[in-house]
Amino acid sequence: MAGSILGNRVLRKEDPKFLTSGGVYLDDLEDERLTGAVYVAYVRSQVAHGVISSIDLSEAVEMPGVIGVFTAASLNLAEVPSAFNPAVTRTYLATDKVRYVGEPVAAVVAETYEQAVDAAAMVYADIDALPALVDIEEAMASDNLLYEAAGSNVVFDTTALGLPENTGGEFFADCEVVVEGRFINQRVAPCPLESRAAAAAWVDGRLIQWLSTQHAQGALATIIAANGLEASQVRIITPDVGGGFGAKIGTYPEEILLGRLAKEVGRPVRFRETRSESMMALGHGRAQVQYVTIGGRRDGKVTHYRMQVYQDAGAFVDMGSILAPFMTRPMASAVYDIPNIEVRTTSVVTNTTPTVAYRGAGRPEATAAAERAMDMFAAEIGMDAAEVRRVNLIPKFLEPHTTAVGQTYDVGNYEVAMDKAMQAAGYAELRVEQAARRASGNPVQIGIGVSVYVEITGGVQPMGEAAKIEVHEDGSASIYTGTSPHGQGHDTSWSMIASEQTGIPMDRITLVWGDTDLVPVGGGTMGSRSLQQGGAAVNKAAIELVEQARSLAATLLEADEADIVLDTDSGNFHVAGTPAVSTTWADLAVAATTNADFPDGLTHETRFEASGATFPFGAHVAVVEVDTETGKVRHIRHVACDDAGRVLNPLLLEGQIHGGVAQGTAQALLEEVRYDSDGNPVTSNLADYAMISAAELPSFEVVHMETPTPINPLGAKGIGESGTIGSTPAVQSAVVDALAHLGVRHVDMPTTPEKVWKAIAAASN
Amino acid sequence: MNEFYTLTVNGRDHEIADAWLGENLLYVLRERLGLIAAKGACEQGECGSCSVMVEDRLVCSCLVLAASAVGTAILTVEGLAEPGAPTDVQQAFVDAGAVQCGFCTPGLIMATHHLLDRSAHPTEMEIREELSGNICRCTGYGRIIEAVQQVALARREAKS
Repeated sequence: MAGSILGNRVLRKEDPKFLTSGGVYLDDLEDERLTGAVYVAYVRSQVAHGVISSIDLSEAVEMPGVIGVFTAASLNLAEVPSAFNPAVTRTYLATDKVRYVGEPVAAVVAETYEQAVDAAAMVYADIDALPALVDIEEAMASDNLLYEAAGSNVVFDTTALGLPENTGGEFFADCEVVVEGRFINQRVAPCPLESRAAAAAWVDGRLIQWLSTQHAQGALATIIAANGLEASQVRIITPDVGGGFGAKIGTYPEEILLGRLAKEVGRPVRFRETRSESMMALGHGRAQVQYVTIGGRRDGKVTHYRMQVYQDAGAFVDMGSILAPFMTRPMASAVYDIPNIEVRTTSVVTNTTPTVAYRGAGRPEATAAAERAMDMFAAEIGMDAAEVRRVNLIPKFLEPHTTAVGQTYDVGNYEVAMDKAMQAAGYAELRVEQAARRASGNPVQIGIGVSVYVEITGGVQPMGEAAKIEVHEDGSASIYTGTSPHGQGHDTSWSMIASEQTGIPMDRITLVWGDTDLVPVGGGTMGSRSLQQGGAAVNKAAIELVEQARSLAATLLEADEADIVLDTDSGNFHVAGTPAVSTTWADLAVAATTNADFPDGLTHETRFEASGATFPFGAHVAVVEVDTETGKVRHIRHVACDDAGRVLNPLLLEGQIHGGVAQGTAQALLEEVRYDSDGNPVTSNLADYAMISAAELPSFEVVHMETPTPINPLGAKGIGESGTIGSTPAVQSAVVDALAHLGVRHVDMPTTPEKVWKAIAAASN
Repeated sequence: MNEFYTLTVNGRDHEIADAWLGENLLYVLRERLGLIAAKGACEQGECGSCSVMVEDRLVCSCLVLAASAVGTAILTVEGLAEPGAPTDVQQAFVDAGAVQCGFCTPGLIMATHHLLDRSAHPTEMEIREELSGNICRCTGYGRIIEAVQQVALARREAKS
């Protein structure tokens, strides 16, 4: 009997295609249903805030190849309310007002992509500009409203959930030490390498829509509603997806309108955005201003913690507006045992790109705030930042633990994670080296940053997932999953799980996802939910399928069901003690076709319901060099200890950690979406936006730790976002630490040379 | 200004008929020749997803006029290896776990071959600098670097 495949470093099944002929992403699709497709280009607002007085289409409609030019009026588009604040409504093409640069104003359909783009440039929207609101706090106070009907630019506040307002100074009355900070958790761009692309075709009265999405089943409802159809009349198909990072969870106006446009012109339509369009109109992430106060005793114990978060929603009330109340707030206590916590979050609309989920989605912001606060508290009382953490960490718990803010965590062992990371980094030696550099007056100083984090994964409804396994007559199998890969390696991991239970070789298993005709129900891939819910569902389906197959095998082999065993090495069922009397999955699949108990053949569908979210945790240590003369930061080491519960495949796990650390580091050091004061984006391509490259990163040192969760039979927690959550504060902290001896206590992200240099200059004055 | 010209891609001559001379090589490869492995992700030479070889130069095909490549040997990832017989670089990417969503991967494979054809023993910093023109959002680059190092080592061992 060979050992279990689970937990092994199994190479990805997906790779050969990507490495040779290339993946087939949306814009690569050739499909007979798209024969004769024409192209859609959107006319976008070049004004951040203004009233549309007219839209002149006369020149555009005369352009070569143009089939039609459409506006909200010509398509008779209805106002669609935000799911999170019904007073905020918009039409998918701007009607009376534009609210951010890049907002779609009109749609051009032409024979070729180039003709559509050229004609779009000939649409003239006459817009009377209003003052643009780019700054969250300014927008909050302004009576220049983005949405008059909302009565305020504040569109979501925790007080509306019945949560109390934060109290006054008396909250900290018993504290010996109180430290305050204002932290910018800056706006960043998700930047999947594949920007948005989509296509739509009407086939026999049904709308078939191809989307580059993380959640086809989620898009279904939106597309059904936008086209006034019945559920049975829409099919969403997901080809290979070139990265999502949260920004492809939702469905955007440019995609939603394609069915309407295809109907208007009577041809299939295709759409793809340029990188510049993507930077302006694909949702952004983070974008919080945090006012944090931390208080406690001089011995290092933190007793009180307060946050007031201002979340920039951008120009609509999309998912970004609810991350602060529903993700940042619950995680405010982080890994610390703080008896008194109060948090208020306030989401505000501004004349910027709407914000959405971005890798970590609200938890990185909570962690960054807590970690910065701990560092500042440590600096204030003159204690080592790691020691202050040790004093305040929640002790190891294997039964649920509830924090003062009311969030219950599953399992945690934070101090061990911190020790492992610090030991791997050689923390004590690093401090010695730092002291030596400081003593020598070397202009290049080193900084050491420690972060300890806990996050929430699989915490969004539905906390469950369906899976179906179908065995074919040749003994191969198909898995149908409601999760949706875009780089995670689901084909490999789901095949491992099914193969483990059934003995069907991994290379004889095919994965089906993202096609709503084949997988009508699914929660998609987001919030690090895939393995713990989707994988757990595949595991359950495989176990139950084996039970069904066993009964069929008993009939075939004329034996007692209890005597039938599955040899998962060979994939054969046989009578216990008599391996020669056996039958195969292929035999059973054939037999099932004529067996009344198997009307759909040898196939089984089931659903796994998780009893709750899981709470991965870990610790990161970052080491940076800072040139104190120029402000230049070099990230020279990064140690990551991430505990995601039981590991299915270390290769896939480490891939998620590495990618997450890079993205988190990018936020700490480089990346920021910026606007000028008129709301014009100034980082709207990859030359201006500092997307991180190989040259700016060190090799990552990954330290393993496994504390299985009892929430699912796989013992798995999410790992998709942990790296991002742990790394950002460690790197930021390291930068500040390098300057601590100069009196610097905080540098906002991204810690660019300019900001670092200014912080040094300010501290020396 | 439409013309006929011939491009030599992956060892085969392709007639490009009735084409506007302003078309870039990425467009011609994808839209006229159906070679989709090179991807367009920024169309301004910043991301490297469209990397191909023109003679011995690694180029962003989005920045090269296709008609300017007449008479040169153009190599795309489709032309690197026969199906089922990956190059050492392609295999190393699998072994190291250097692929995730795959969108940047063809460009990185071309860039890696180009690097290793010129430098038998690249340092980690050299690899990072050389590949810094190929942006990857998923992997964090670490295992791509490992894959490059593995190939460099294996090639040196094979020589000695």
